[in-house]
Amino acid sequence: MPMRRGEPASTRPTPLRPAPDGLPRLLPADTRAPQGLREHLARHGFVPYRDARLQLAADLRAAGLTGRGGASFPAYRKLEAVAGARGRPFVVANGAEGEPASSKDASLLWLAPHLVLDGIQLAAEAVGAQEACLYLHDGQGDQIAASLRRVLTERWLARIDRVPVRLAGAPPRFLAGQETALVNVLNGGLALPSFTPPRVFERGVGGAPTLIQNVETLAHMALIARYGAGWFRQVGTRAEPGSMLATIRHADGMVRIVEAAVGTPLRDFLEADFGTDGTHGTAQAVLAGGYHGTWLPARDAARLTLDNAGLRAAGASVGAGVLAALPASSCGLAETARVVRYLALESAGQCGPCLNGLPRIADGLAVLAGPRPGARVRADIERWAGLVSGRGACHHPDGSVRFVRSALTVFAAELRRHERGVCSASSRQPFLPLPADEPARDEDWS
Amino acid sequence: MKKQLRVNPIECSGHGACAELLPEMISLDEWGYPLIDPRPVPPALQRRARRAVSNCPVLALHLNRLS
Repeated sequence: MPMRRGEPASTRPTPLRPAPDGLPRLLPADTRAPQGLREHLARHGFVPYRDARLQLAADLRAAGLTGRGGASFPAYRKLEAVAGARGRPFVVANGAEGEPASSKDASLLWLAPHLVLDGIQLAAEAVGAQEACLYLHDGQGDQIAASLRRVLTERWLARIDRVPVRLAGAPPRFLAGQETALVNVLNGGLALPSFTPPRVFERGVGGAPTLIQNVETLAHMALIARYGAGWFRQVGTRAEPGSMLATIRHADGMVRIVEAAVGTPLRDFLEADFGTDGTHGTAQAVLAGGYHGTWLPARDAARLTLDNAGLRAAGASVGAGVLAALPASSCGLAETARVVRYLALESAGQCGPCLNGLPRIADGLAVLAGPRPGARVRADIERWAGLVSGRGACHHPDGSVRFVRSALTVFAAELRRHERGVCSASSRQPFLPLPADEPARDEDWS
Repeated sequence: MKKQLRVNPIECSGHGACAELLPEMISLDEWGYPLIDPRPVPPALQRRARRAVSNCPVLALHLNRLS
């Protein structure tokens, strides 16, 4: 297919191909190999540039697209805020998937890079940016970064991209993708969150109004720009339309990346883990949303759907689309203690309450995970949780506390067993993933 | 005009001067960091609130206009 920079300048591009039916939309049908440029163009056609600012925002608003990075913030509002701010904007595709339990962004960048890169171009056009960057972990994704470097060169030579996109490395930290930390990294600093205001859409990278969108959100934008809001709404719920990528961690250790309609019942993802009603399967509980997320008893989770409206009733949210089914053979308190130790070490250490509170909470949980914890430990953890919540510059303390509180509720019966000196787990094998370079702890040198 | 106290938690290093100067609205947690009453500062306390702000050794306390 001949490619000219700036294909037909229609305001409402007619799709070159009929809109694809069903799912998956983002991921290629064949997931054994990345989708190359030729296949991408055959499936979706050229980037539907609008040659106008903010056209895309109107479509995203009609489509009801929300951010897929965890916060579910309406995508069009970020575009409008950046386009309306003073100065030449900058666009960042956020592929820093600091959440150890999630790998959907890495899968998307590997399998369907062109959709993400189309989305960057369209977002840049919509806000009037002339520079963009793709921010991702370089360690975890050497292969992914190398593939993206090749793809970016290919697109530039084929005159597909109008705005140059550079790759930027995210440090392997939990908070590296937090928006203000990301801006600090791109400005040459450390991955530490800042106190806002100014918000990143006012003053971000190099002082420019900065649009930060998760890579999956950008890929959805690339499809909405082609097939329209009505098409996007063909799946999902009325309040939360479209499809989403989810990382499904089964109780047997299997991990799958799935693209599903928002609002899909959790039992559709975790059939074997739940059994018939959540009590006859291999899972005792489900972690929804990741390490800033919420534990749910398997029997409750089996009745819920994967959308914020459905999960809110149980105090949970979709987050970045992680569902982890904890096997009945594991100890939920031990798993929680391991993860909270990690979260405490991942605190940026800038805010007093988080710096002081999270390590104490982690220590307390380690006691609860052991035999015969003292009666006061749980009360201490609850008091510390109240003291750190809402008192950080970023949401790290709030998210960590949400995770801890849900564990104390869901594993309350197990805690009573621990108090009697009994743990019902048959395995001490760690289940939830943590980065391999997790610092050694509690070593006895005596 | 309604005003609200807000602390920049990154700058705050827990000196505790604010809680001494405005105990009606600021107490300290068990690590010495301020717990601030989120309600608007009553007019009668605004002068002392401004004093607490200017006496913070690291300028972490702010008196913001409430919109």
